[in-house]
Amino acid sequence: MTGQILAVEILNWDWVGRNLDTVGGRLVEHIVLTLVPVALGFLFAFPLALAAIRWPRLYAPLLGFTGFLFTIPSLALFVLMIPFTGLSVTTAIVPLTLYTLLILVRNTVEGLNAVPRDVREAAEAMGYTPLRQLFRVELPLALPVIIAGLRIATVTTIGLVTITAVIGQGGLGFFFITGFTRSFPTALTVGLTLSVALAVIADLGLLGVQRVMTPWQREAA
Amino acid sequence: MITFDGVTKRFPGGMTAVDDLDLEVPEGQVVVFVGPSGCGKTTTLRMVNRMIEPTDGRISIAGDDIMAVSAPALRRGIGYVIQQIGLFPHRTIGENIATVPQLLGWDGQRTTDRVQELADVVGLPDDVLDRYPHQLSGGQRQRVGVARALAVDPPVMLMDEPFGAVDPIVRSRLQDEFLRLQDDVRKTILFVTHDIDEAIKMGDRIAIFSEGGVLEQYDTPENILAEPANDFVSDFLGSERGLKRLALIPASNVEAEAGPVVSRDDRLDSAAETARRYGTDWVVVLDTDGGVVGWIAADQLAGDGTVADLSPRPFRVLVRADDSLRAALNAMVISHTGVAVRVSDDSRYEGVLTRAALTGELK
Amino acid sequence: MEVLAGVVEWFADPANWSGTDGVPNRVFQHVWYSVVATVLALIIALPLGLTVGHTGRGGALAINLSNIGRSVPSFGIIILAFLLAGFGFTPALVALTALAIPPIVTNSYVGVRAVDPEVRDSAEGMGLTGWQVLRDVEVPVAMPLIMAGVRTSAVQVVSTATLAAFVGLGGLGRYIFDGLQTQNLPEVIAGAILVAGLAVLTELGLSRVQKTVVPKGLQASHQQTAVHAQVQSASG
Repeated sequence: MTGQILAVEILNWDWVGRNLDTVGGRLVEHIVLTLVPVALGFLFAFPLALAAIRWPRLYAPLLGFTGFLFTIPSLALFVLMIPFTGLSVTTAIVPLTLYTLLILVRNTVEGLNAVPRDVREAAEAMGYTPLRQLFRVELPLALPVIIAGLRIATVTTIGLVTITAVIGQGGLGFFFITGFTRSFPTALTVGLTLSVALAVIADLGLLGVQRVMTPWQREAA
Repeated sequence: MITFDGVTKRFPGGMTAVDDLDLEVPEGQVVVFVGPSGCGKTTTLRMVNRMIEPTDGRISIAGDDIMAVSAPALRRGIGYVIQQIGLFPHRTIGENIATVPQLLGWDGQRTTDRVQELADVVGLPDDVLDRYPHQLSGGQRQRVGVARALAVDPPVMLMDEPFGAVDPIVRSRLQDEFLRLQDDVRKTILFVTHDIDEAIKMGDRIAIFSEGGVLEQYDTPENILAEPANDFVSDFLGSERGLKRLALIPASNVEAEAGPVVSRDDRLDSAAETARRYGTDWVVVLDTDGGVVGWIAADQLAGDGTVADLSPRPFRVLVRADDSLRAALNAMVISHTGVAVRVSDDSRYEGVLTRAALTGELK
Repeated sequence: MEVLAGVVEWFADPANWSGTDGVPNRVFQHVWYSVVATVLALIIALPLGLTVGHTGRGGALAINLSNIGRSVPSFGIIILAFLLAGFGFTPALVALTALAIPPIVTNSYVGVRAVDPEVRDSAEGMGLTGWQVLRDVEVPVAMPLIMAGVRTSAVQVVSTATLAAFVGLGGLGRYIFDGLQTQNLPEVIAGAILVAGLAVLTELGLSRVQKTVVPKGLQASHQQTAVHAQVQSASG
């Protein structure tokens, strides 16, 4: 097989044209397989982070455990799910969600902990109730760090989604497998390009969201 | 009025920060807590708005136990200013000042009006209201801190080293402004500092604490400087206690002596006679309205002619009735004559202050 | 649980412990791919990151490299290498090495830049040459972050090396893909357990190494910085 590829075109536009529906479908699937785990991950990470701030002793074990999950190769974690959930979409969603936890918990905790002490104290002394203080003072200030975490988690998840193709999901990763089994570079090119583009757009989009939500940082310097 | 009644604070681990404190902060006065670090002054302050809960004892404001309402509700009615200010970096200056009005649910117009009013009161230019804290200077931020604490016109203010983070020149200006403001608003203020000079300047009364939260003396600055209760207090006041005391006594307290005064029309020999009579080697020259022209050394008063033929040297500092005796002492030290010349508010000569008179006042 | 019994049985079967397809050989292959790729990446990335950090030029690229690395799916890169160069150790190795480079570059860059300018200044003030400043000050101070980068890369390589089996190479991924092919779930699970174990051991082993190479005065902070930098390892 060596060298044969050079004779074959990298991108066959005809194929792309004929398969627009499939490409669109896989793209949507990829987006869903990214959004659901990141959203779920944040839903779990947020209360975990609050708990780790309330009880600092929890933080190290929490980081240890989520870090341990993060260390396990994704393919291994996906297939370890098979006995429980078969080749369903859940088999993809659960590990992808678990992978976001380390980054999201860590950035939420670090972001909230980085709120200056004097600001926290001033809020308390002016009569904020704890919950109101969290949402009106501390969270807005932690937002840049939290969104930085969301950016890393999202981009990482977009990459990991492709691997779920091995267990019958995969979004754009489907085209990696097509490209391989049929020695058809166009499919791989389409999959790779769209996946990288998706990651870049998601990253910049979240950066944009952060800019809009933190006007006080924009006027800095 | 804030009343401390047997208030004690022991931290876990056994450290006693405040020990059985009984103290009353009179309404409308500034009471300064001062002492070395570890004397519990900040702890005591923070117990008033329940940032720290006392281990024992009772604190009340205007007769009401501070435990009777929830901590947030209590705090909304107490102004709080700290050294680091704690402005919200994510809110504009206007929004920062509006914090407590918003917590109390004021309507928009009332809040806006109040913010505008406060900006004027503390001397903030209008255009800073839309800026963010990091775009302001340290002195401006400190003013915002005071404005924010005053927002709902709380009767009680707690201030923890509020001017500690700015340079000495700005600090002195902020102190003066604050004292002027306090003349108008007459808040009951608890003020914490480690700087005895600031305590003397700001306080109607001073509470001096030693390590372990023991109240060593509680009195007016004048009385504390005149009669330190014990060695701890006099050590804390420092070796310049006498000078600090002079700073608190107005020049009007000592009687001005007539002094060797001549007018420009006087003949030189009569002027020399005046100096001889007072036993000085100088004379003060006045104009016809009684204004001070300057002084002339006695050895120049020779020959024919009048005082007008000579050019008197001006006094660099003149003392008025409401200047302090410390200012008078300063005038004495920098003048060749060795005395301070006191003038009335319309700059007419009133007499000279001598060192002997100063020493007499301190006794 | 039936599968669990199957997995236990698989591990107990002596046939799975010998020969080309035996566990020792597959572990050896996997470790071999990973070590070669990580060492190659280190040889390329470390001088690059240190140089950029020392000179301060090209910092934006060094920072963004790991962002770029994160957005490129490793699975796609493995297949790309195969389609471009065909079956073989070398294409897979190039892909693994490429994926391991960004975290090391970024971390060593950030580590060197994080040296307190006053420390660098006083080192120069004492007459150290640029090279000596790098060797005696910047590298030791940056060591926690450099090691964190190496850990991230190594774990990522172990992880991605599993995917190399998809394009026909050896290593522990063989069990997973062969098992999926033949619907032998116990074999798939056994492979996953082995890979997970190897990744965790790699992480733990390198933490040990880190403890010995990081200067004592900097050890207090290494845990935290390591966590900070460890954001990439799951992308395999």
